[in-house]
Amino acid sequence: MTTSRLVEALARRHHYHPLEGLPWLAAIAAYFAFPSYLPLGAQVLATILFALSADLVLGYAGIVTLGQAAFFGAGAYTAGLLAAHGWGEPITGLLAGALVAALIGLLSGIVILRTTGLTLLMLTLVVASMLYEAVNKASWLTGGDDGLQGMEVWRIFGQFRFDLFGQTAYFYCLIVLFLCWLAVRRIVHSPFGRSLVGIRENVLRMHAIGAPVARRRLVVYTISAALAGMSGALIAQTTQFVALSFLGLDRSGTVLIMLIIGGVGRLYGAFIGVPLYMIAQDRFSTIDPVYWYFWIGLLMVFFVLFARGGVLGLLERLQARSAVRR
Amino acid sequence: MSAPALETRGLHKSFGALTVANAVEFRLEHGARHALIGPNGAGKTTFVNLVTGALRPSAGQIRLDGADITDLPQAARVKRGLVRTFQITALFRRLSVLENVTLAVCEREGLGGELLRPAGRHRAVIEEAFALLERFGLADEALRPVNTLAYGRQRLVEIAIALGLSPRVLLLDEPAAGVPSGESGLIIDVIENLPSDIALLIIEHDMDLVFRLAQRITVLVQGSVLVEGPPDAIAADTRVRQVYLGERMPA
Repeated sequence: MTTSRLVEALARRHHYHPLEGLPWLAAIAAYFAFPSYLPLGAQVLATILFALSADLVLGYAGIVTLGQAAFFGAGAYTAGLLAAHGWGEPITGLLAGALVAALIGLLSGIVILRTTGLTLLMLTLVVASMLYEAVNKASWLTGGDDGLQGMEVWRIFGQFRFDLFGQTAYFYCLIVLFLCWLAVRRIVHSPFGRSLVGIRENVLRMHAIGAPVARRRLVVYTISAALAGMSGALIAQTTQFVALSFLGLDRSGTVLIMLIIGGVGRLYGAFIGVPLYMIAQDRFSTIDPVYWYFWIGLLMVFFVLFARGGVLGLLERLQARSAVRR
Repeated sequence: MSAPALETRGLHKSFGALTVANAVEFRLEHGARHALIGPNGAGKTTFVNLVTGALRPSAGQIRLDGADITDLPQAARVKRGLVRTFQITALFRRLSVLENVTLAVCEREGLGGELLRPAGRHRAVIEEAFALLERFGLADEALRPVNTLAYGRQRLVEIAIALGLSPRVLLLDEPAAGVPSGESGLIIDVIENLPSDIALLIIEHDMDLVFRLAQRITVLVQGSVLVEGPPDAIAADTRVRQVYLGERMPA
């Protein structure tokens, strides 16, 4: 009956689609295809997690932020400081990074999420800048401008040593990303996740149907901060180094660019945009070491003008067109 | 005598020197079909915003079923059954018609904060939303993005969302605004067939609609209640005629 078919369409949206296995197959294929690029691969995977955290706030809840690096950096410094001061256990370091970032997200969120739009954008920037300067000033602890040195990360479960070829790092990042993706996927398909989309689409209406909008925004902001913190901790642990630039505006901006290239608010934009950006960056900087950023900019202009919704938006339009033709 | 469904006492709101609600005394009885009319800028939508909690009054009291709700946030008032629609369509534009209504039912059921179960598992919620769409003749368009619907159909979705919240008091802010007169009949039908236990306040410009639906009419002018009474008394009132000079009033 048609009634049940229509209800079914909504009731089944959270079911897995075969295509969703694609990123994971690609990640495993990349391990075998490019064994000498595993350290870069691990970075890509950790950065995908960072972009995923940004997608949750920007793409789903519609919170435009330029402060995501604050949480990334907080996670990185937490894991880094622990490892540099005698606690190199990676899993607890990772969770500590997530926790500290979540706490900063929660506390700053309580203050700044009272605002929206441009004001909020500026305030996210302020939070990130304050953290940047605080870490810079506390150079006795953080190494300031020189970055945090002397990290010693232990074996995972006392078994898997972080090797020179990046094999352990690669799988460590892949597994953490996979678990986080499962969690984020669950969240975006939950009633909470759908209510975030409601807030993005029409906050006025969301108030009018009795949703506690402020609380929902704070919760997602905190979750997103935790994920960003985890991503920072991953990069700190796998590279055994934390730079002050982890907290920089550059990083907050770059992750948005990656997400826009892939497609915002679609869960998989991060999986497409991050590798595309990082490969493009790698290629462009080899071809044109001085002006590579110009080419990235040109790519960005192309996407904004001709491919709104990023690669995924483009694919969606192609699919819609072929469906009409049929 | 029991308390009215909705009541305002000395409701006052001013922005600086501009008074937009001036000591408004208003009663909406249980199951009422009541209209609030007035010329442009009379403060009708402001009144709705005050009652629903989108605006805070400068003074006065709002009571729902006898309980003081003046200090309650908007969401808490909705939970108590005080629901509104918007004069300018305010839908989740890129979401499907079905999901627009599903979101409302979900919030009413208090499920909106649930993080770990897929929304699709709440089948009963989706089915209830779908049943509402069927009632409004929107079932065929259930999966279309709501912003691809004709404007008159979008106005119906507005009302469907409100009904998904199981209101006891429903404030319809110009339900037929912007709808071509040919299509407004459908909206009037829907409003006429609303459950009789819902107390209904219709804010409207369209006098045909007002005099067809309302059993009582309140006329608001410059933030104050000018007069209140049954439709024929309002139609005969000379002050109302003066206010509406140039506008069509049924005899």
